This record gives sequence, C-alpha cells and structure tokens, in this order.
Amino acid sequence: MTTLIAEVPPRVVDPAAAVARTRPRASLADTVSQTLCMAWRALKKMRRNPEQFFDVALQPLLFTAMFAYVFGGAIAGNVQSYLPLMVPGIVAQTVLTTCMATGVQLREDMDKGVFDRFKSLPIARIAPLAGPMTADLVRYLIAAGLTFLMGVIIGYRPGGGALGVLGAIVLAVFTGWSLAWIFTWIGTMAKSARSVQGMSMMILFPLTFLSNAFVPVNSLPSGLADFVKINPVSHLVSATRDLANHAMISSEVGWTLLAGAVVIAVFAPLSVHSYRRHL
Amino acid sequence: MTAVAAIDAVGLVKSFGGVAAVDGVDLEVRQGEIYGVLGPNGAGKTTMLKMLATLLPIDAGQARVFGVDVAGEPHRVRQLLGVTGQYASVDEDLTAAENLWLFGRLQGLRSADARATARRLLGQFGLEDAADKPIAQFSGGMRRRLDLAASLITRPPLIFLDEPTTGLDPRTRGQMWDTIRGLVADGCTVLLTTQYLDEADQLADRIAVIDRGRKVAEGTPDELKTSVGDSTLQLRLAPGADQELARGIVLRVAGAEPVLAPESGRMNVPLDTADRAADVLVGLRQAGVSITSVSVAKPTLDEVFLAITGHDTEQADEQNPTGNAAVGAGIPLEVK
Repeated sequence: MTTLIAEVPPRVVDPAAAVARTRPRASLADTVSQTLCMAWRALKKMRRNPEQFFDVALQPLLFTAMFAYVFGGAIAGNVQSYLPLMVPGIVAQTVLTTCMATGVQLREDMDKGVFDRFKSLPIARIAPLAGPMTADLVRYLIAAGLTFLMGVIIGYRPGGGALGVLGAIVLAVFTGWSLAWIFTWIGTMAKSARSVQGMSMMILFPLTFLSNAFVPVNSLPSGLADFVKINPVSHLVSATRDLANHAMISSEVGWTLLAGAVVIAVFAPLSVHSYRRHL
Repeated sequence: MTAVAAIDAVGLVKSFGGVAAVDGVDLEVRQGEIYGVLGPNGAGKTTMLKMLATLLPIDAGQARVFGVDVAGEPHRVRQLLGVTGQYASVDEDLTAAENLWLFGRLQGLRSADARATARRLLGQFGLEDAADKPIAQFSGGMRRRLDLAASLITRPPLIFLDEPTTGLDPRTRGQMWDTIRGLVADGCTVLLTTQYLDEADQLADRIAVIDRGRKVAEGTPDELKTSVGDSTLQLRLAPGADQELARGIVLRVAGAEPVLAPESGRMNVPLDTADRAADVLVGLRQAGVSITSVSVAKPTLDEVFLAITGHDTEQADEQNPTGNAAVGAGIPLEVK
C-alpha cells in the first residue's frame, strides 16, 4: 500500500515501529560481527599508519641478532647452541611488548571523538575493545614469525620442524591476545597513553627478564629461581621451546593455554566494565 | 490516544566529585518537536544530553526515551537515537564513505546496504565529492555534516544535537538549520543544545533554559523573549548619574523594569518595540540624567539569563511590578 493522502507528507520515521524493532541486547552473532567490523577498522588504520609496524618488525630482527651474539658465548658456550634456548625467549618477549602497544594504542584511540560514537551505538560493549585486539593478531603473527625467521637466518635449526614452529607461533599469538586484555584493562583505567606505557613497562620488564627466556633457571639463586618457575612467561617460553625444538605438546603448553584462558576470563570483563565507566 | 513522549525525564542528577553538574532537571520532549536546551558553557547541557544518550550513568532520577527506560535498557535506547556531539565523532583515519559504511555495518546493515546508505547520505549532505577523501582534509562544516549523516544511518526517531553549529560560519550554519528542519519533517524528534538564543529561536518549538545544572525556565521562543522584551535598550549612565532616578524614568516611560548589568552604571531595558528607545532617551534627557553610551539590540542569551536568573535569585519573594511580567506571572513561562 503506497497511497497517501496528498496533504500529509509521508512520515519516514515511525517511532512506535522503531521501539517495537528494538532488541534488548546484542546477540552473540552480532557481537562477533561487530568485533570483526572493529577489527577491519583497526587493520585499515594499521595500513595507513605503517609506523605501528616498526616495533613488531624491528624488535625481533634487532633483539634476536643482538642477544645471540652478545650472550651466546657467555651463556651457552657459542651462538649456535644458545639459539634453541634464546629464540623462543625472544618470541615471548616480542609478543609481550606487542601486547603492551595494544594497550597504549587503545588508550590513544579511546581519547578520540569516534569512541563517543561507538559508545552511543547499539553495539556490544566489548566490540570496540575486542576489535583492535583481533586486528592485533596480525601483529603478533608478524612479530613471532619474524623472530623465528631471523633465528633461522643466523643459524637456528628448530628441531620441531615446520609444524613445531607453526604450533609455537600459534601458541605465542594466542598468549599475546589473551595477555593483551591486561594491557587493555590498564588502557581503559589510565589517564593517558603515556601512563599506560609507563605502567605496562613496570609489569613487562620484571616478567620477561625474571623468567627463563634468556638464561637457564638452574643458573639462578634459589629465591629468584622460585619466582622464575611460577612466572607465566616462563611457562610460555618453555612451551614455545617444547613445540619449536621438539614438536612436543607438553604440560607447559597446557599450562600456558590455561593461564591465557584465565587472563581472558578475568581481564575481559574488567576491561569492559572500566571502559563503560570511562568518561 | 496520546503518543508517548520522546523524552520523559524526572529529577535527573549527575555529580562530578560532589559537585552537581545536573541538579534535578525534569524534561518532557514531545514527539515531532525540536526542543532546545539553552544555556551558557558549563551549564550542564552536555552532561544532561550524555545521560539521556546512555553515555553517562544517571546518578538520580529517571529518564525514558519513547517509554524505554534509559538506565534499565540502554541497548534498546541506543537503537532509538542518534547523537551528534560538539566535535565530530568520526574516525580521522578513515574516509567519509568508510566511516558511514562502518557505522552502518556496526548497526547490522549488510555490506551492500551499508554502502548504498553511505552513498545516499553523502549525496544528501553534499559530500559526494569528498566521499573518498580522508577526514583530515575536511573543513569544520563538512565534518559536522558527516557527523550528522553518521547519526542518521538507521533513521532513529530521536536525534540529539549537541551545539551543532558552534564554530560554523553563517552560511554553513543556515544549511545545518535547514537540515535539522528536514529531519523533523521526516518525523524525527530533535533535542538540541545551544548557546545561541537566535538558534533556539529559529529552530526550537520549545526551549528550556539551563543554568548551573537547573532548569530555570521553559517555554516557546516567543514566551522566552517576551520575558525580556522584543529588543533591549542598553544604556551606560555617566559617572555620578542618579541610577535610581534613571530607573524610575525607565519604569514610567518604557513600562519595564531595567535589568542592572554587573558593570556599574550599565542597565538593560527590555522593550516591546525598538521605537520605545527614543521615548526612554527623551525622558532621561528631560530629567537631566546623563548617559555615555546607548545601543538597541535584540535580546541576547545574557539578557534572557540575567532576567530569568536575576528574578529567580533576587525578586523571588517580591511582587514583581512590571518588568518580567511573563516570568513573574508564570503564565506562559514555567519558572523554577
């Protein structure tokens, strides 16, 4: 029926119908599709601001070469025998540094006007947070992949073969994504991007250096060794070594996955909560 | 059957660090009207709007949008309104078309539909040539238009416009006004905040005046302006001139209570017609009251304010003789 009384202009917007159409909350399918939209946005931004890639590209290349030649002789006798110990350590470290950048960038992004619009839209509250994090999977992939590549170039021959290395990369990407929720939470709490950076560094440095990433645990004094053993980063490093060097899905892999799941379960809701409170 | 109010808010309160930014505001916006919220910077306009738009939690009071509770069902409320802020809330790193596509997709449009809607809106807002340019190259007016376009993707029945023309040049401002009128013609309800009386005058069916988080007056633009006169005679008395004498003359000649401005010796006289200005000047001259400057102007927001809040704080218990008759009598204007 399209006939209308001539005098009455067609009312394009019908409030009653609009109210009837509303849905009480975003469904899971909506949430996933909205997250992917936000990921698309983040990837577009990444392509347009390529400097975001410098830290994920430079750090693996520089650190791998630097650590190998500086510490190789002292810790493992020579560079060749240090590489299987060190490369998984660098993978863990780079991925962690990359998740820190997630928090900093999210904070910068949240200060922009467009986030006000996201908040006013009927979308899942988690989508504006989860979207950029999903896009960051690409960065973890690049960071982990480049580290292994650089290792191979300077002589690393992973015993786990291609499949083992692939497994290690997937594990590193997953862990990076789950730990990124911690930095996302900090990002939603902190006052500025700079303070996110500062706080994240304080967390990150002890975690990566007080782990088995670069040195064997048995070389450490006993108190420190105890901390290193419970440090989740150590589990990630050990799991990465098991996969890359031995193609072995060990209990370390299980612990790492579990730790990742716990971090998501705790920090994803915290982040959303704090994001919603944010002005 | 009476239609449910587009906005029905009772006793809205929002405090920041113990200071009430919005302090018990009631608001009823009818369907299909443009409702103007007028007030100076920091009066609490934006805070109130953000509460209604689910962007800020409501500390106390209750608000309903088309009958849907804002605090209880924010997700449903968000589907009923479009918000355009003081600054453009679009993504600087994306093009105009990409922005609209993204917002369409986020609200459940299929990719092709989102693209078509984006194209239609860009055409409607005269942005088709700029569709693929990064926002960074946009002028202020273009950003505002894109921002408004982004609020209209799903054709929400209620549009919030937070100072939509602040900082725009007069031509762009006029275009924005036309666009806003067009929205209402399509059946939308518009809640508009502004610092400009003329903007509220041009657009709004009804206006609420907000001061320090409270609604101090509400009425049609005509009712508001009548309360301060159609035009205002601004006088500055010479130093030493008898202020009381001048006040008496003004009262007698213009039939209106002059409003004393904060600066000493300055008074604003509300006039029902500008012609009365001459009578006042002649009266002062005959009485020997010397003046240093004189001008006749349309009432400004300042004067509406001074008149309304001045009455509110100083003359609340007195019989108000003539000046703010409309306000004092409380007939056309509802004074809190």
